[in-house]
Amino acid sequence: MLDSDKKIEIKNLEDISKNIRKNIVEMVYSASSGHPGGSLSITDILTVLYFHEMNVNINNPKDEDRDRLVLSKGHCSPALYAVLAEKGYFPKEDLKTFRKIDSYLQGHPDMKKIPGVDMSSGSLGQGLSVSNGMALAGKLDKKDYRVYCVMGDGEIEEGEVWEAAMTSSHYKLDNLCVIVDNNNLQIDGKINEVMSPYPIDKKFESFGFNVININGHDFNEIITALETAKKIKEKPTVIIAKTIKGKGISYMENEASWHGKAPNEEQYNIAIEELK
Amino acid sequence: MDFENKKATRQSYGEAIASLGEKNEDIVVLDADLSGATKTNIFAKNFPDRFFDMGIAEQDMMATAAGFATCGKIPYASTFAVFATGRVYDQIRNSICYPNLNVKICATHCGITVGEDGATHQMLEDINLMRGLPNMIVISPSDDIQSKWAVEEASKINGPVYIRFGRAATPIIYDKNIKFEFGKGIQFGDGKDATVFATGIMVAEALKAKEELKKENINIRVIDIHTIKPIDKEIIIKSAKETKKLISVEEHSIIGGLGTAISEVLTDEYPVKLIRMGMKDCFGRSGNAMKLLEYYGLTSKEIIENVLKS
Repeated sequence: MLDSDKKIEIKNLEDISKNIRKNIVEMVYSASSGHPGGSLSITDILTVLYFHEMNVNINNPKDEDRDRLVLSKGHCSPALYAVLAEKGYFPKEDLKTFRKIDSYLQGHPDMKKIPGVDMSSGSLGQGLSVSNGMALAGKLDKKDYRVYCVMGDGEIEEGEVWEAAMTSSHYKLDNLCVIVDNNNLQIDGKINEVMSPYPIDKKFESFGFNVININGHDFNEIITALETAKKIKEKPTVIIAKTIKGKGISYMENEASWHGKAPNEEQYNIAIEELK
Repeated sequence: MDFENKKATRQSYGEAIASLGEKNEDIVVLDADLSGATKTNIFAKNFPDRFFDMGIAEQDMMATAAGFATCGKIPYASTFAVFATGRVYDQIRNSICYPNLNVKICATHCGITVGEDGATHQMLEDINLMRGLPNMIVISPSDDIQSKWAVEEASKINGPVYIRFGRAATPIIYDKNIKFEFGKGIQFGDGKDATVFATGIMVAEALKAKEELKKENINIRVIDIHTIKPIDKEIIIKSAKETKKLISVEEHSIIGGLGTAISEVLTDEYPVKLIRMGMKDCFGRSGNAMKLLEYYGLTSKEIIENVLKS
């Protein structure tokens, strides 16, 4: 049985999202490592996907009819794990074990160890190809599941992404929806200064995608975009979500330095206070 | 043995995967614009819905195969070995081997017998690259019959498998009724003067050497190591104990291939000398395939010399 109680109201989504942000900060603080910035920028999108949009089955995570999600930007595992725990795939207490030696919650998503993770990821640029494979298999088996691929905006500097984009449109994968987390920052700085992938929308459009630009922190816009994507036939959709890296924690917002570092005790206390 | 009855193992692959496609509907085949050369075009013609040409985009092909495997398909991804291993090493490592996905990588055009295309297309490091990956199984068939077995056997293994095929027509060694066993070497004769461990198309050269030496009353045994990982430790140790000399021969670099795999077993279990024949840490060059084997000392002649050398 796939998830039927999925249409959660926006007010509740906001509460869930806040809780997930809190868990992200706690995980990274407790692990003394991890990637808070990009996790916080995709929190709202993942919340809508798992609590409003996707057909999944927490009692049978491998249900062959389920919608699939590939977190191509695998370093944002804290966001995915917090969402999966919130959803009920595994106990929330386990989140504290993130990145520790005896934990199944690996630094980057591991589909063999973690219930609800549809694909292992970590090496950037491969998730769209994997998603294409899932979408092609769905078409071949005449199944109506959808495949979601969440990529970073820095990630799309990887060449394989564009090989894969050709494939998505060549094979008319309308059961595929790509979401680009456009927080405009990568490790070395602003993406337009390090190696600009702009204009992202025109690039995907010229590769044959239906392109939707949204504010990635506006629940209405996220919901509407995902709904629209489902109605587009014969071509894949990409949602380019303008987001804020570190969203929700004042000192992390729009700071590239918070890509891959943990807060100290003082910073942790501030973050938790801000998320109340 | 009739060394003149020949067939290229890439042709054997093409025929075998087409025939397997008939029996198993979960099989899908991916190619990167080389289906005429890898011979997956036979499958493509018979099962157009299950054949995916990914264009000249090998990285995308490998990770797409991984995606198929997560949905219960058994993808066979094919291109030339140089692209099927080197160019896509990261996709194989992180998207196939780490999640232990059921992807079969069938690489053609291995070794110097690619011929005239030269060094850029002659893959000599593929066994080395694939052998080092956790979860990966490596099979290097020696002829038509064994290649067909390997293609089907791979479908019964739940996990990544790498199979190595050649471009040039090479001798058919085995009778079609032979039964191969995964992970078990095949011993020809029980001569005690030397053991020649061979893989791929070098098995035929080793067998030629065996026949020649017999005329001089020198009795060697040849062992066809088709499964390079996991390797048949038992047959290696037994021959190391029973024969005076050990030689390995492969159409691959002497670094990281069959010779290295055998050395690892010997080092751990029964340290004795092994003469490793193969490409000596160098690239190939353009030329006729058979002439290249002579040029690089990979024929029965050099095997005989190594057996006779004191």
